[in-house]
Amino acid sequence: MEETTLRNANLKAVRKSDKRKGYKIPWTLHLMVLPAVLLVFVFSYLPMSGIVMAFQDYKASLGITGSPWVGLKHFHYMFENDYFVKIIGNTLLFACSKVVLNLIIPFTFALLLNEVRHMGYKRSIQTLVYLPHFLSWVILSGILIDLLSQTGIVNQFLTYVFDLKKPIFFLGDGTWFRLTIIFSDVWKEFGFNTIIFLAALAGINPSLYEAAEVDGAGRFKQTMYITIPSLVPILIVVATLALGNVLNANFDQVFNLYSPMIYQQGDIIDTFVYREGLLSGQFSFATAVSLFKSMISLILIVISYRLAYKIAGYRIF
Amino acid sequence: MYHKTLPYRIFSVFNYALLGVISIVCLLPLFHLLMVSLSSTAPANAGLVSFWPVGFTFEAYAKTFDNVNFLTSLGVSLKRTILGTALALMVNALAAYALSKDTRVFRARNIYLWYFVVTMLFTGGLIPSYILILKLGLLNNLLALILPGLVAVYNIILLLNFFRTVPKELEEAVFMDGAGHFRSFFSIYLPISLPAIATIALFTMVGHWNAYFDGLIYMKVAEKLPLASFMQTVIVADNMTGFDVSVVVNKSQRTIKAAQIFIGALPILIVYPFLQRFFVKGVVIGAVKE
Repeated sequence: MEETTLRNANLKAVRKSDKRKGYKIPWTLHLMVLPAVLLVFVFSYLPMSGIVMAFQDYKASLGITGSPWVGLKHFHYMFENDYFVKIIGNTLLFACSKVVLNLIIPFTFALLLNEVRHMGYKRSIQTLVYLPHFLSWVILSGILIDLLSQTGIVNQFLTYVFDLKKPIFFLGDGTWFRLTIIFSDVWKEFGFNTIIFLAALAGINPSLYEAAEVDGAGRFKQTMYITIPSLVPILIVVATLALGNVLNANFDQVFNLYSPMIYQQGDIIDTFVYREGLLSGQFSFATAVSLFKSMISLILIVISYRLAYKIAGYRIF
Repeated sequence: MYHKTLPYRIFSVFNYALLGVISIVCLLPLFHLLMVSLSSTAPANAGLVSFWPVGFTFEAYAKTFDNVNFLTSLGVSLKRTILGTALALMVNALAAYALSKDTRVFRARNIYLWYFVVTMLFTGGLIPSYILILKLGLLNNLLALILPGLVAVYNIILLLNFFRTVPKELEEAVFMDGAGHFRSFFSIYLPISLPAIATIALFTMVGHWNAYFDGLIYMKVAEKLPLASFMQTVIVADNMTGFDVSVVVNKSQRTIKAAQIFIGALPILIVYPFLQRFFVKGVVIGAVKE
């Protein structure tokens, strides 16, 4: 009797050590991801299945399972549409100008800020220029609409300085609207975009500068031959990652600033999808347009991440 | 040595001045708006207010707080911000903890990670998401503003990377005492990662406060509109008429609109100093990794 219990105990011990060597399913860990998994399933994966609407003539009464299939009808219509070509052009124009300016300006600003030796002054400037990033486009548009109106303070100032005959209609004239979109985005984001360059600047090995100093290089030469080359890798990473955004012209900004008068010069893919889909009820056509956009963006994102990894060894996780 | 040379000193003076001017210009629009909101109606409409209030008064603020719609929207915004942030933190931090484990401990880790990352790369888009909310019967329900964006994959990755820097010995000690993953999460990882969690909490709060579009499309009655959506309909949508605001819209509204915009921006301005302390770190954790 005693012997068997001893043997059982031994067996148990052996089994236990076996299990330890092997893999035990970590149920607690699965349980911990479960809420996120479920939420993502419902709110991200279910809508993905709704994309089939792009190949149907979706009617709310029939639902996704009952609506008739129409193949590529909406895509044909899309590419034959002159207006669609126009909004692609607008989207690319806005997105590309923003990408370029939001690289060059923050980069230059970071270099200049790096020359400020007074820490308190430096920090105050950072505090001021980062702030617009955190305000929403609703707030900023409210401000811009007031500021840029024909009797607004900007027109008052311009009339006073340049002696304008007529105030500039910033939000109602196509060209001025485009400039407003591009530069108001720079206003909101350039400060925040300097952060990544400032972080890279802080990481430059000071002994490089000491060596340059010994060799008699002035600050300008140090900047040209040490600072800028050290920032090139991060500049390349930011630039390549921005590639995924060339079809994102910023819905929130355009939506809150545009008006029917300047749709020709100001409408972008996302605002078009919103109006066609939710305001006009063209669910299937709007889905087709947004599917086209997501497919192109997906390809660009994958390419840009591959490039960033190949060129600079960048990975997100 | 270079900073003692004359050319560098001249450059420095210009540099300090230039940066100072740029940063002040950045904030002038907001400051101008504040001054308009503190002025009397007549001088504000005549365009006499620039950077100092003319006929100083709190009238615009008093009128704003008399507006029932404004107050209910404020309430909706507060509710969604508090509830949304609390839930998001719980769900994202738990997921990040589990995913921070090695594949040796948690084999399914990479599968889960890809499951989440796919949603960063590809989305169903606006129309299917709208139809989903409609079918779930969540129109006019606060949950429609909270649940769809609850899982923030970027935040999960940020936290996961942070959790990985926590020394393994700490959790091994707890496991030795017979505790499970929940204990290890709550008594070790959470307290240690408080700065990272605070950063994410602040960003989530700002995101909720600023979100307007979901409220605009999912909330069909005025009492359910969050403040940002309310402001969008009141202040910005006037622009949609296509005429210049100053010509068409009732001018007595200008100071009140300015007051509303400023109140809408105020919470952000209040948390901003705290945000700033954290976000540089947060952005750097996410962006420049070894």
